[in-house]
Amino acid sequence: MRLNYILSDLGIGLKRNLSMTIAVVVTIWVSLSLFGSALLAREQVELMKGNWYDKIQISIFLCTKDSGGRGCSGAEVSQEQKNRIRQVIESSPDTAPDGVFGESKKEAFDQFKKLYKDSPIVSTVTEDQMQESFRVKLKDPQRYQNLVSAVAGLPGVDTVQDLRQYLDPLFKALNGLQVGALVAAGLLLVAALMQISNTIRLAAYARRREIGIMRLVGASNFYIQLPFLLEAVLAALIGALLACGTLWVGVYFVVMQRAQETFRVWQWVGATETFRATVIMVVVGLILAVVPTFLTTRKYLKV
Amino acid sequence: MIRFENVSKTFEGQSKAALLNVNVEIEKGEFVFLVGTSGSGKSTFLRLVLREHRTSKGHIMVAGKDLNRLASWRIPQMRRQIGTVFQDFRLLPNKTVAENVAFALQVIGKPRAHIRKTVPEVLELVGLDGKEDRLPDELSGGEQQRVAIARAFVNRPMILIADEPTGNLDPGTSVGIMKLLDRINRTGTTVVMATHDVSIVDQMRKRVIELENGHVVRDESRGVYGYQH
Repeated sequence: MRLNYILSDLGIGLKRNLSMTIAVVVTIWVSLSLFGSALLAREQVELMKGNWYDKIQISIFLCTKDSGGRGCSGAEVSQEQKNRIRQVIESSPDTAPDGVFGESKKEAFDQFKKLYKDSPIVSTVTEDQMQESFRVKLKDPQRYQNLVSAVAGLPGVDTVQDLRQYLDPLFKALNGLQVGALVAAGLLLVAALMQISNTIRLAAYARRREIGIMRLVGASNFYIQLPFLLEAVLAALIGALLACGTLWVGVYFVVMQRAQETFRVWQWVGATETFRATVIMVVVGLILAVVPTFLTTRKYLKV
Repeated sequence: MIRFENVSKTFEGQSKAALLNVNVEIEKGEFVFLVGTSGSGKSTFLRLVLREHRTSKGHIMVAGKDLNRLASWRIPQMRRQIGTVFQDFRLLPNKTVAENVAFALQVIGKPRAHIRKTVPEVLELVGLDGKEDRLPDELSGGEQQRVAIARAFVNRPMILIADEPTGNLDPGTSVGIMKLLDRINRTGTTVVMATHDVSIVDQMRKRVIELENGHVVRDESRGVYGYQH
C-alpha cells in the first residue's frame, strides 16, 4: 500500500469537498462539545451527590435564646435536652452506626468563618450567635422521613433540616439540563452522521472514474475505501479536537475561574474529569466517522 | 481459460433473459470475437467474466475458478488476472499517459521500482514511447486507445477483454489497434473482443462466437462476421 498516493488522494478529496468537510467539522465540533458538557454535568452531579449524601444527611439545629422553633422556650437548649435528643436519634433504626455528630457553637463558627472568609459578614457575627446542632448520617439516605418526624418537636430542637429537601430540586434541575444537553447532542450527532454519509456519497460520485478503474484493475476494497475513511477520520478528529478545546476553555473559565471561587464548599469537576470527557469525545467522534464511512462506501462502491 | 456452463442471466426487473443457456469454452491463448447486434448479450457475457454480476443459472469458470463460489473479497484478486479495454477508453483526464498506466499498478500496491521499470516497457510495446507526458486530450483516439490497452496489459493479465475497442475509431486506426491486440495475443494472453466491425472480423480470421437474443447461434473456429439468415 503506497502511502503517498493515498495522501495525495486525501488532499485532493479534501479540497474538492472543502465546504462539505467544513460543515462536517462544525457539526461534529458543536455536537461533541454539547456531548462533553453533558458528560461533565453528570460528573458534577455525582460529585455533589457524593459530597452531600456521603456526609451528613440531616441537620438538627438546637435552640438558642433567639430561636423561635416549636421546641424552644426562649432559652438555650439544656444538657438534659441534648442527651434526650441524642438518645432518640441513636435509637432510631434509620441512623447509621456512629452516624451522629454533634457540632458545637465553636465548630459552627469556625466553619462559618472558613466559608465566608472574604466576606464582610464575618465581622458582624459572633460565636454566640451560632447554633449547636446534631448532624445525622442515615443508613439509607432515601429514608429520612421517620427520623425527621421523631426528632422535630422534641424540647430543645429548633429546626430539622434535611438537606435532600434543598438538594433534590437542584439535582433535578441539573439532571434536566444534562438530559437536554444529551438530547441536543444526540440530534446533532445524528445530523453529523447523515452529513458524513452525504459527503461520502458526493465524494464517491466525484471520484467515480478513478473508482471505476480501480475496481476494474482489481484494487482491493479497502484500498478504495481508505481515502474516504481518512477524509472522514480527519474531519472528525479536527471537530473532536475543537470540541475538546471548547470544553477545556469552558471548564477553565466557568468552573475553575468562577464557580470554584464563588462556591468553595462544593467540589467541582476539574482536569481529571475534563480529560476523561475529552477522551470519550474523541472516541465517539472517531466512531462517528468510521461507521457511516464503512456503511456508505459499501453501498456506493459495491464490487 | 474461460468456460460457460449452461449460463443464464436475467437482470432484476426484466422478464427477458440477457443470456440463455450459454455453453462456451475458450482455451488459453485463443483470440475470440464476440459478435451480434446491440442487445444480443455481448456486454453481459463480458461483464459476467469480470464478475460484475452473478449468473442467474449455470457456472462460469475463469482460470479454473468458479466465479459463483468466489468470495467477494477475492474478486479484486481475480480481476488482476484480467485486463479490460472499452470503446470509450476510460482514461483519467488529469493524469498523463504514463500516470494513467502507472495508476493501474499503484492501486494494486505494486512497488515503485517495478512501476518505473514496467510502464516505459509497455508504452513502448503499444507504440507510445515519447508521449509519456501527454495528457489524454492531447492524443488522437487511436493513441488514447493504445494508452487504455497499455493500462490493461501492464500487469500482464492472462485474459484481455475488449468491449468494442475500435468502435470510436476510423478504419485505418482500427487496423493498428487490431495489430496491437494480435501482438498481445501472441504473448500468450487470451483475448476476447466484442465487436460490430465486419471488416476486422473478416480480415483476422479468428474464432467467432455469435450471440442473438442471449443465445449462442454460431461458434466457428475461423469465422467471418457475415452471417446468412
